[in-house]
Amino acid sequence: MTPTATRPDGALDGGAVGAPVVRSEGLTKRFRNGQVAVDGIDLEVPRGAVYGFLGPNGSGKTTTIRMLLGLVQATAGRAWLLGEPMPDGGARVLPRVGALVEGPAFQPYLSGRANLERLDAVDASAPRRTSARRIGDALERVGLAAAARKPYRQYSLGMKQRLGLAAALLRPRELLVLDEPTNGLDPQGTREVRHLVRELAGEGATILVSSHLLSEIDQVCTHVGVMRQGRLLVQGPRDALGTADAAQVVVTTEPGSLAQARETFARLGLEETAVDGEVVAARLGAVALADVAPALVAAGVPVLGLEIRRPTLEDLFVELTGQGFDVSG
Amino acid sequence: MSRGEALETGPATVAPAAAATTPAAAAREDAEVRATRGAFGRLLRSELRLVLGRRRTQLLVLLLALVPVLVGTIVRATVDSAFSGQGPGFIERVSGNGLFLVVTALFLCLPLLLPLGVSIAAADAVAGEASAGTLRYLLVVPVGRGRLLAAKAIAALTLVVVAIALVTAAALVTGWVYFGYGDLDLLSGQSVSAAAGFARMLGVAGYVALSLTGLLAVGLFFSTLTEVPIGVIAATVVVSILSNVLDSLPQVEAIHPFLLSHHWFDFAEFLRAEVSWSLLGQGLLVQLAWVAVFGSLAWARFTTADITS
Repeated sequence: MTPTATRPDGALDGGAVGAPVVRSEGLTKRFRNGQVAVDGIDLEVPRGAVYGFLGPNGSGKTTTIRMLLGLVQATAGRAWLLGEPMPDGGARVLPRVGALVEGPAFQPYLSGRANLERLDAVDASAPRRTSARRIGDALERVGLAAAARKPYRQYSLGMKQRLGLAAALLRPRELLVLDEPTNGLDPQGTREVRHLVRELAGEGATILVSSHLLSEIDQVCTHVGVMRQGRLLVQGPRDALGTADAAQVVVTTEPGSLAQARETFARLGLEETAVDGEVVAARLGAVALADVAPALVAAGVPVLGLEIRRPTLEDLFVELTGQGFDVSG
Repeated sequence: MSRGEALETGPATVAPAAAATTPAAAAREDAEVRATRGAFGRLLRSELRLVLGRRRTQLLVLLLALVPVLVGTIVRATVDSAFSGQGPGFIERVSGNGLFLVVTALFLCLPLLLPLGVSIAAADAVAGEASAGTLRYLLVVPVGRGRLLAAKAIAALTLVVVAIALVTAAALVTGWVYFGYGDLDLLSGQSVSAAAGFARMLGVAGYVALSLTGLLAVGLFFSTLTEVPIGVIAATVVVSILSNVLDSLPQVEAIHPFLLSHHWFDFAEFLRAEVSWSLLGQGLLVQLAWVAVFGSLAWARFTTADITS
């Protein structure tokens, strides 16, 4: 498959196609107890992509991310970040990578700002004179400026998560690795994170975002990789995944016209027609959407509403695995 | 996707892409220039602020410094009572010369309190960060694992030195207020001037601090093995107790010279007319050996460990 980055709005991300920003070959982690957490996966995250890294809890996402960042040594296989081999190239490449790994973690009795100051002081390559400004900007960006002086232990879960994001944004990043960035956030916080992800992607950063909540990722990602039990089941551009003609057309009409609508669908060649209350749904298949409404109108069906339902990531996952998106052993 | 193609086109396409993102490229240039200048100093200062700024640590050091105040006050309160002169001989000496309170305080702290302090410093250094989860964020900043361990070791040692310095200072102040300074009677019966005695007390404190470096290295090694700080504290204290126990068993006399704690109380050399520098040197050599062995083990472990916390 060609790594073509597509924005959520459908526009093609011209010129951004290049060497993958994240790549792995046969990346494997077998823990000392013999458990294979990650089983030979070949990741490929194209430049400019928002890559949704999906899988149930325990499927190996976090271990993969830890290997990519050099925290955990791979048992076999190789990995590259921004073209540099990991973990050997870590010192060169990690300053260009912001990461949120398995939830935020900071010194509890230091303030949010003091915690960021500490992380920046540890960074041998961070320009010291811009430290205060960069920290202020990062706190501002995640909406924590007002609580910057409060001790971390007094933060709510959402504020902790925001501070984690601020840490990932301390410097200009080419790649952001966000492991479960919406964990513990309320719906408003989740929306804000999604907005932030879009914004960062708009600025040209590549984003690898993992989640066990498919619906959260579905709305932002351009690419998807699905893990289950240590294996990468599938990956590629979001739009190219799954059955391309799986979209459903759903028409709302008056109760008396349901049968008529159904007949029209059948005449058009739509399959898997089903009536549910006041709506008639069918798989669009190869039929052009533009043909549906005129046919209904021509048949005298009052069209109160017409909707296209594309398969969600949840549907895709069920299709791929034949089972629901639950915690696997 | 063709892997071979991706590999071939990789380097060619990376370069223009990187050049296009100017801020990042500039940051990288900056990185190469900056990394060599004062970066370790910045890391170390940050570590020291963290270690010395922790409320719990400050409280612990303060409690340690209360030992000489407590001992001095007790001796002062009982100097004219029936209890005067009872207990270990060195306690009595305090009432004669305030300087001697330094020796008394360190003698009382050395078997358990100071090793406990060393264990806590070591446990906080790596296992504490691991248990808080902050270690993974430090490492992805990134910071070299060897550099981080070095900064942590120096900061932990600084904490131990600060603790001993405060105990010494508290002893000197308390001793001076209660008993005043006078010529220091040495173990051999001669005496030296108060000024020379003062210098010898600083020697005692310095030797005690250096005597604890071996245990600190052992603690740091334990600290790299686990993410449970309390386990590190327990294990390190046990090592120091075990060392004292073995040192008291004549059956294992052959290993005595190599034990961590064998030379701990050689600070008494500073109370002799002729200080045996060779004996003190031996003590420091033993510490150096323990630091070398367990420092290397800690380094080997920490630079290769999987960080899963």
